[in-house]
Amino acid sequence: MSTSSEIYSLRVNGTDQHVKDAWIGESLLYVLRERLGFMGSKGACEQGECGSCTVLINNDAVCSCLVMAASAIDTDIITVEGLAPSESPNDIQQAFVAEGAVQCGFCTPGLIVAVHHLLETNSSPSEIEVKEALSGNICRCTGYGRIFSAVQLVISQREKSIS
Amino acid sequence: MSTRTTSKQREVLGVSALRPDGLAKTQGTFSFSSDYTADNMLWGATLRSPHPYARIISIDISEAIKIDGVETVLLASDVPGKLTYGLIASDQPVFASEFVRYMGEPIAAVAADHPETCRRALDAIVVHYEVLKPLTSIEDALNPNTPSIHPDGNVFRHQHILHGDANATGDIVVEGEYEIGMQDQAFLGLEAALAYPDSDGSGIELVVATQWLHEDQKQIADCLAMPKEKVRLQLGGVGGAFGAREDISLQVHTCLLALRTGRPVKMQYTREESFFGHVHRHPGVISLKHHVTNEGRIVKIEGTMKLDGGAYASTSSAVLINGVTHIQGPYKCPNAVFDGYAVRTNNPPCGAMRGFGVVQACFAHEGQMDKIAKAVGKSPVEVRLLNAMEKGDTLITGQPVESVAPVARCIRETDALPLPEPLSLSAGTMELPGGSGRTSELHNIKRGIGWGVSIKNLMYSEGFDDSAEARCTLGDGVATLKFATAEVGQGFVVLAQQIARTVLGVDVVVLDRIDTNIGSAGSTSASRQTWMSGGAVDGACRLVRERLFEHVAHMHGLDPLQLIIEDTDIVDTMGPLRISVSEASKGVKITQTFLHQHRKTEELDENGQGNCHVAFAFVAHRAVVDVDVELGLVKVVQIATAQDVGRSLNPLALLGQIEGGIAQGLGLAVMEEIIMQNGIVKNPSFTDYLLPTALDAPDVLFIPIEEPDPQAPLGAKGVGEPPCISVTPAIVAAIRDATGIDLKRTPVRPQDICL
Ligand code: FES
Ligand code: FES
Repeated sequence: MSTSSEIYSLRVNGTDQHVKDAWIGESLLYVLRERLGFMGSKGACEQGECGSCTVLINNDAVCSCLVMAASAIDTDIITVEGLAPSESPNDIQQAFVAEGAVQCGFCTPGLIVAVHHLLETNSSPSEIEVKEALSGNICRCTGYGRIFSAVQLVISQREKSIS
Repeated sequence: MSTRTTSKQREVLGVSALRPDGLAKTQGTFSFSSDYTADNMLWGATLRSPHPYARIISIDISEAIKIDGVETVLLASDVPGKLTYGLIASDQPVFASEFVRYMGEPIAAVAADHPETCRRALDAIVVHYEVLKPLTSIEDALNPNTPSIHPDGNVFRHQHILHGDANATGDIVVEGEYEIGMQDQAFLGLEAALAYPDSDGSGIELVVATQWLHEDQKQIADCLAMPKEKVRLQLGGVGGAFGAREDISLQVHTCLLALRTGRPVKMQYTREESFFGHVHRHPGVISLKHHVTNEGRIVKIEGTMKLDGGAYASTSSAVLINGVTHIQGPYKCPNAVFDGYAVRTNNPPCGAMRGFGVVQACFAHEGQMDKIAKAVGKSPVEVRLLNAMEKGDTLITGQPVESVAPVARCIRETDALPLPEPLSLSAGTMELPGGSGRTSELHNIKRGIGWGVSIKNLMYSEGFDDSAEARCTLGDGVATLKFATAEVGQGFVVLAQQIARTVLGVDVVVLDRIDTNIGSAGSTSASRQTWMSGGAVDGACRLVRERLFEHVAHMHGLDPLQLIIEDTDIVDTMGPLRISVSEASKGVKITQTFLHQHRKTEELDENGQGNCHVAFAFVAHRAVVDVDVELGLVKVVQIATAQDVGRSLNPLALLGQIEGGIAQGLGLAVMEEIIMQNGIVKNPSFTDYLLPTALDAPDVLFIPIEEPDPQAPLGAKGVGEPPCISVTPAIVAAIRDATGIDLKRTPVRPQDICL
């Protein structure tokens, strides 16, 4: 937009990114995707209802569609791309594929971030805690059963590797 | 059930092979149609009608076009070709010019440098309307005295069915009225497309999320007045479909904007716009009267089905036929007099959604089965087993169910699955109806059990020339597959690889880009792609295998008929030769294309008689619910199901379809409805249109019934639709069981229970 002239930086996945010529009203989701090319965060409601746009800001899981990008300066933003290098997907990503938790996959990046956040804050959640933690992430394809299996697989693998 | 693939297993048919796009989807690197961008790209947006019915007096775009950053504003007068589109009847304007017939109907499109500029441009377009009284009820639409709201009239289709003896009677008559609300497909990946105009403006390339590339291509080309081959489509990653991407939404608008500006244009709907931009599941009213014997056998059914198709035809006529031809359910029924109507109103257009007319029919016939059970003093299971259809029985269209029909087995195996533990007195709030928002007492919670059983046709019906094409190339041990089959999440990509590995003995199967550079695969709908595109890939691979055998036989002086594939080797059944496929295909390149067609179907005659369907699949569901009778809140505890799948080609993907379909059927049972008031959509957002979340997901117990269908190319039936059909009536029956209330409509709302 021609009226825009803002310049600011965001720290995304550990690297400073300059946002040029942005309109100040842009959401973090828009800036991540359209200005910085982090296409992993998806938008499906832009209203905070579906979780497809979930990212970590200072280790909190948030809906990036509800955050003004310019208000996220001086925070640590982690997107799905920042969770693991592309050549070595993490255990959550592998479990999602192995357990059939991915169909169309549109909800998947947001869920991967949400599951990562859950297991960082609670390494052995109960079944109901898992459901509660993921209840802000809508999946229209899977009916959630395989997603629960994937989470259980990660939990049991991590427990095994500790003991 | 173990579903995981071990590392030693080859990922052939029957194995839980893993999807080739899975990892990329978890990493965010898979490109959905909304993820495409281009240099010099513009954004497009659509101006939509705020009124359900109005005459357009004038449209003034002069202020909009002046806004800095706005490149073009297009109206109906800018459409170079056909002014309308539509899947079956071309009755929907690309842009409304004279009348708007539903809230959200497109009037203009803009292209600008930023989505926010687009929004401001839309705000600056001034449209003067003469607001008219909308036609919003089915009864009014059927009334011949109601003025037509469209030149094609207010009735899309009427179908009469007369089967057997119209005067037959039973000992008992059981009557019921049923109503189904309007459900949205609510796929997560919003409508999005990116159009690249050719530099000379003579053609266009469109990346789009769709269910049917070639049908889109045809309709777009007509509207652009271009030859079909000048409109090249590529499938952008599809974030779910469920029927909502079978019709045109933003395809034509995006292409028009790109051609006008000479620049790539991206359009992407918001969630609110998506509710207006695609068709929904038909709401409807069904009256059914069953004549039964004292024992509970069905003698005759009578009744009507009335579906609200909204403002434009879409697939209403086909949805109606599916509905009326399945109204008997998976039960023997020798006599029937039935009438179906699909009408035009000023409500949003309705069309395809998973289950396609059969969801509506099933809600009614399963309600009836429970009433019959009560009337004759039998259990829901007994009365369904008594009437269960078998191979050789006929539909009320006179069509015999020729192939596998394991209805009784579906019911028995579902019945044998364990029931859940009773609700524990120490259950946490999150496990109770209402979850964290619950405020009532444990003693208000009642448990109920309900049943639903269904029959669903597979593939297209009524003589539609339905085919799918695929190409296979083999060289140096690698098979490459090309098809135009829309992968919408269902997993055809992994199935195609499994087929090639099985037929050709290769391990590496490369999938070519999904686009219109090959013949049509038909739509990813009607549970048809495993059968149709699966059949095409299988056929192409088999042709390649024949050529490979000829090549090997020639080299070794053998008869090609002696050769077979064993794992990854070619083996001579009459001699010692054993050579790996990679070895045998070194330096060769074999390409074969195959067109798969299913057997011909017929149109229905004036009495609704004819073999109009290709094949059928069956499923049974048992639902267990907890209902807070004071607050009207429902928790679906468990769904048990046995489904006739023919053959399980990928147990993990199959389970995913079952569980996913169940969640959508649960949505229609207890929470999902587009609320209409006088043509106005009241809840076009995920805040107000409720979808099942992880906390709503019931435990699912599933048994596949594997009786390979000899007519199916791989023995497998389509599995996508059945899971969401009879689960809805099963849940509603369970709520009736818990509350004793004769619930007539779905979704069941709290006020239906507690007020
Ligand atoms: S897009 Fe942010 S929550 Fe849905
Ligand atoms: S896999 Fe499609 S929305 Fe979750």
